[in-house]
Amino acid sequence: MSLENNAQATVQQKQAKPQQAAGDIQFTVSASPHIRCDETISHIMWQVNLALAPAAIFAIFYFGVPALINMVVGMVSAVICEYVWERAMGKENTAFDGSACLTGLLMAMSMSPVLPAYMVAIGSFIAIVIAKQSMGGLGFNIFNPAHIGRAALMVSWPVAMTTWTSMQTAAVDAVTSATPLNILKMQGYDALVQTFGSQAEMYKAMLLGTRNGSLGETSTILLLLGGLYLIYRGYVGWHVPVCMIATVGVLTWAFGGAHGLFTGDPIFHMMAGGLIIGAFFMATDMVTIPITFKGQIIFAVGAGAITVLIRLVGGYPEGVCYSILLMNAVTPLIDRLVKPRILGSGGKK
Amino acid sequence: MFKSFLGGIHPNDGKRYSMDKAIETPPLPQQVVIPMSQHIGAPCTPTVKVGDHVKKGQLIGTSEAFMHADIHASISGDVVKIDMMPHSGRISCQAVIIKSDGLDEWADGLPMNRDWQTMEKQEILDAIKTAGIVGLGGATFPAHIKLAPQKPVDVLIINGAECEPYLTADYRLMLEESKRLVTGVQILQKVLGVKTCYIGIEDNKPKAVEMLQKAFQGIAGVEVAGLKTKYPQGAEKMLIKVITGREVPCGGLPMDVGAVVQNTGTTVAVADAVVRGIPIIDRITTVSGDAVKEPKNLKLRIGTTYREAIDFCGGFSDTPDKLLAGGPMMGMAQFTMDVPIMKGSSGILALTKKITEHGTESPCIRCGRCVEACPMGLIPSMLSILSERQDFVKAKEEYGLFNCVECGCCTYTCPAKRNIVQYIKHAKSVNQAIMAKERAKAAQNAKK
Repeated sequence: MSLENNAQATVQQKQAKPQQAAGDIQFTVSASPHIRCDETISHIMWQVNLALAPAAIFAIFYFGVPALINMVVGMVSAVICEYVWERAMGKENTAFDGSACLTGLLMAMSMSPVLPAYMVAIGSFIAIVIAKQSMGGLGFNIFNPAHIGRAALMVSWPVAMTTWTSMQTAAVDAVTSATPLNILKMQGYDALVQTFGSQAEMYKAMLLGTRNGSLGETSTILLLLGGLYLIYRGYVGWHVPVCMIATVGVLTWAFGGAHGLFTGDPIFHMMAGGLIIGAFFMATDMVTIPITFKGQIIFAVGAGAITVLIRLVGGYPEGVCYSILLMNAVTPLIDRLVKPRILGSGGKK
Repeated sequence: MFKSFLGGIHPNDGKRYSMDKAIETPPLPQQVVIPMSQHIGAPCTPTVKVGDHVKKGQLIGTSEAFMHADIHASISGDVVKIDMMPHSGRISCQAVIIKSDGLDEWADGLPMNRDWQTMEKQEILDAIKTAGIVGLGGATFPAHIKLAPQKPVDVLIINGAECEPYLTADYRLMLEESKRLVTGVQILQKVLGVKTCYIGIEDNKPKAVEMLQKAFQGIAGVEVAGLKTKYPQGAEKMLIKVITGREVPCGGLPMDVGAVVQNTGTTVAVADAVVRGIPIIDRITTVSGDAVKEPKNLKLRIGTTYREAIDFCGGFSDTPDKLLAGGPMMGMAQFTMDVPIMKGSSGILALTKKITEHGTESPCIRCGRCVEACPMGLIPSMLSILSERQDFVKAKEEYGLFNCVECGCCTYTCPAKRNIVQYIKHAKSVNQAIMAKERAKAAQNAKK
């Protein structure tokens, strides 16, 4: 047959002329896949905001109007900062995707309820403009913006940042303006228990949140509720909070006691300070933690260990904020070293 | 129960549209457009010329290249044109256009009636080669090459997973053609010299599992395996991993771990080729999607246009945004309805904007959903970022670019709506160009 002649026809790559009839439908042509899940960044961010709501509402009831003002100022100023900055830079506007709001809320919740509101606004500016937008916006920031905002305020106004609400303590009917971790650091464990009356009373206060501290960090049970919701909805992996809190528990039990090894009080330490809010809402900030499961476990254990180091050995009573920031800094390294095993590479046949 | 593979997704499977529709055969097309490239490998060259009269099953295209599959006329009639025509995989391709004479006559000597049990191994392989059989799941790898593996093989897997959403062609085939499937499996067992055979079916098709369990009763070595419903269960590497626990090595083939995987449709085609000597002239295709008036499973002649197939299903009920060849996860978007059905056309989908639309792409927020979804253990987000940065070689060397099977799980699950697969495809093609250049350079240096 005329194989050769026809072979030439193949070589002459003539363009096909699709007979596009008038009124034919115009189809969209793009690469596969052609279906996507319904999830959006904005939805995830608002869900995290929602998960913080119970603890935030509790804070308003417990700490009063100043807490409400600080949270509203935090959220609004963060959104405004993001909006203005993106407008000024001619970038696509993401101010209302929930992430700026979340940053503002988380930052306000991790600071004292009596902090002057203008400082909260400055913190929002630092968090959004310096820590997030100057890096390139959501997805490019190395450090957790809320914690950068908090850390910047901490070095700028150390006194204001460590001034807590004055409140009556249950037992001795005295007025105290220290957080439980402060009391532990300055006066020891026995004094701490005494402030609450008994160990059982202390645990109850720590669980419910009727204690001094940053405005959103106190209610362990409501933060757990929000955190468990996020885990249930799949926005947060269970392993990060579990590993971080467990690390803190084990290390404080082992080294936190005054009477030698394994005499510490892990239950207190796990509920104290900003650990619960940090472990569920900050150490799970997807942008600033490793991307793989194993990497996230390394991150969580590292953050827990640094927290304990600061609490037990360091100068500050609390270390969750710095521990997470420090682990944020090594996240790119973790990501470079810890990768999932590619199917069919090494290992078993 | 078989263990699951890592990763994967659970998209809305859309199978309800056509699941319970029995296979229908539309009237004979007036004209067919038969592309000369319907397989992986070298395109065929027409063996007929304009004006020739051809009959159903007659050879009309072949190639001297090792990697090819012969092409046959799907109707009887006259060759009216040989020209570049639309093609669902490569925009345009040389095609033989046959105008039907309405007689639908078989080529001389077809169909035969052979007893496969008395046939020699080589005879069977030749019959498969002559019939131009390729993997009908969509990959279109020539079957006669796959069935003559260069390495010892001890397990045959029949792929009835049909994990692509919307597609129900294999499902209907399993329900309606189980007898031919049984014959096909036995022929494959004989050709490969393999006793153990698994038929992998996702557990969202309990009727098919039940049907085949009955059909294969008393046939030694065959087990019908109900698998967890999870996309991409039907990907070759996943199927092998789930059923045998073996991992196809990076860059390797199933035969490297002693396995051969064939699609159910291919298996039936093998039975037809060996027993009756008939090549692939038609195939079962799902015509579905929310824009199609009456989704159906059709037995379509090769070369029927998408337009005819959709018209037979009552046309569109809604304005389609995308016309797809294959499933929504890995199928190719088409720009015209004049593309013809080919051997690998498992589905024609017309989807409205409601389904295909998604928000605009934004930067990666490193949420890790793609890493969780990747069945190959890759970091798709990094691959997409490296591709964006044009750091293509790093993607290949440090992030295993070429292990990507382009299943689309990462892109499906991405909340930032990033077109990860597209970035990966681009990075792959750039790397291929770089490697081709290097090879050419090396060849030139060798000459010197």
